[in-house]
Amino acid sequence: MEQQKYAHLEKELSPKTPLLKNTVRAFLTGGLICLIGQFIALFYITYFDFTERTASNPTVATMIFISMLLTGFGLYKKISQFGGAGAAVPITGFGNAVVSSAIEHKSEGYVLGVGGNMFKLAGSVILFGVFSAFLVALIKTILVKLGVVSW
Amino acid sequence: MVKNGTMTFSTKPSIHSAGVAAGPLEDKKSIFAKQFDKVYEDERCDLPTNEDGHRQLMYDAVMIALSKAKKDVQKIDFFLTGDLVNQMTPSNFTAHSLGIPYIGLFSACATSVSSMITGALFTDAQQANWIVAGSSSQHNAVERQFRYPLEYGSQKGATAQWTVTAAGAVLIGKNKPGMPSIECATVGKVVDMGMTDPLNMGSAMAPAAMATLSSHLIGHSKTIDDYDTIITGDLGSNGFKIFKALVNEAGLPHTKNFRDAGEEFYGKDPSFMAGASGAGCSAAVFFSDVYEKLCTGEYQRVLMIATGALLSPLSYQQGDTIPCIAHAIEITAGEVAV
Amino acid sequence: MISIYITSFIVGGLICVIGQLLMDVAKLTPAHTLCTLVVTGSILDGIGWYEPLIDFAGAGATIPITSFGNALTHGALAEAEKHGLIGVVTGMFEVTSSGISAAIIFGMIGALLFTSKGNV
Repeated sequence: MEQQKYAHLEKELSPKTPLLKNTVRAFLTGGLICLIGQFIALFYITYFDFTERTASNPTVATMIFISMLLTGFGLYKKISQFGGAGAAVPITGFGNAVVSSAIEHKSEGYVLGVGGNMFKLAGSVILFGVFSAFLVALIKTILVKLGVVSW
Repeated sequence: MVKNGTMTFSTKPSIHSAGVAAGPLEDKKSIFAKQFDKVYEDERCDLPTNEDGHRQLMYDAVMIALSKAKKDVQKIDFFLTGDLVNQMTPSNFTAHSLGIPYIGLFSACATSVSSMITGALFTDAQQANWIVAGSSSQHNAVERQFRYPLEYGSQKGATAQWTVTAAGAVLIGKNKPGMPSIECATVGKVVDMGMTDPLNMGSAMAPAAMATLSSHLIGHSKTIDDYDTIITGDLGSNGFKIFKALVNEAGLPHTKNFRDAGEEFYGKDPSFMAGASGAGCSAAVFFSDVYEKLCTGEYQRVLMIATGALLSPLSYQQGDTIPCIAHAIEITAGEVAV
Repeated sequence: MISIYITSFIVGGLICVIGQLLMDVAKLTPAHTLCTLVVTGSILDGIGWYEPLIDFAGAGATIPITSFGNALTHGALAEAEKHGLIGVVTGMFEVTSSGISAAIIFGMIGALLFTSKGNV
């Protein structure tokens, strides 16, 4: 049997991705995580000296802390299995990627294992975040200097 | 005449005993749990690392098989085994602990059968009296190498399979009437149908199982109905469905005598998606359930087809397809002792 | 005041839906999906659309990973406004150091405290 014919058969028989179910779950999970973030931001605005703008920094740190606990107790992977991108896209998913790699590679020691592998999943997000920010900011700065756009 | 991978063992080596050791999740969730000889409450067998637990399982499976046949380690001529971890260190360390001359075999999840074939050949060639063959896998050690850290949240689709924590070993020796005996086998070709999804290995492996099945049937002039069961290694529910469709498409007449170890392993529990996989999956089922049924005579003739996906994390990250293999071995209940 | 909770839920949920579609329909791996969203976030800030989204949705816009790209670009642009081109490089982590430092700190603490488990 040729590859093309097999690919056709395989596609026909394999279970389809439940797109509607997955998107609804992603929406609910992601929405809920952001709502929790909003409540944490409110906490920092109310009880500490933060404004609506500056509260996002401690909020993010708190969310990553919660993510560490959920990851360590083996719950984050269950949330992810249910929520898919709803658990991966929020900053808690970034935390889960870092913390799970750190925990997993503990057996190779803290320097080579934890240190060397902590960012093996999350590193690409940092790379593309930083490099795209560099390009965007560079282009915008040049355009401003040329007088095409303004800050 | 082209042999097409087929071979016949004139002395019909017997499988004198079998041993299976498994992890805690397998104890709780596998439908075969009662047939396993030893189960651990700790996934690392109370040792520091996953890989340490991995080799402990393999060591236990071997020692159980030997104790059942009342054989001493010193009496064993060769130890043939493999696993999925880089350079097969769990098997290598087990071989060191046992102190038996050793060849590590890598056929991914098809190692349970490739090791038995090699063992039968050694015995048939009069080069060995006693051989231990087997394979093993440990969920944590395999997942962290092939996929993600265990605690990383990634949504698994319906085609994903769960690597089992289990090891199985068999003691192969000269033919003894009344014992399950190895009659013939077929070494498979690598089959690559262009599948690329490492979370859908069943579909990648099904064509390999089909290719080896048809080589075996043609090469040994058999039909599917000659067997009480034809059991594949770890196609999982999705791969098994495709495999049966391929058998139908090839126009092979058959009854309902197909089984798949991966599909059956965890019952119908949906948290395991398409079922079980891993080098320990086929070994644990073949060397417990199927071996027992051969011993009691419930099965008279069985074809075991273990399937393996021969990918590495590097190969799929570089965009390669998943090459697959399947090896088949035909075992009979053995002539009744006179 | 109540409305920010509704908008944060809906906007945050919708960004995750985009992520789910990238994975299920475009068949991207989780890593590719997250990188795509981060790049999208920084481009949206470049054209000045992300900050209004934060005003509208609060945590619904700051918790998804798109916000990381936005914050990096925002820091770079703020410095560039003061110091010119060199600010593009030096200002990048002005706004968003907390995500990375928290991930490193809690990653290390997590490694000290926990061991991974192969449960379902």
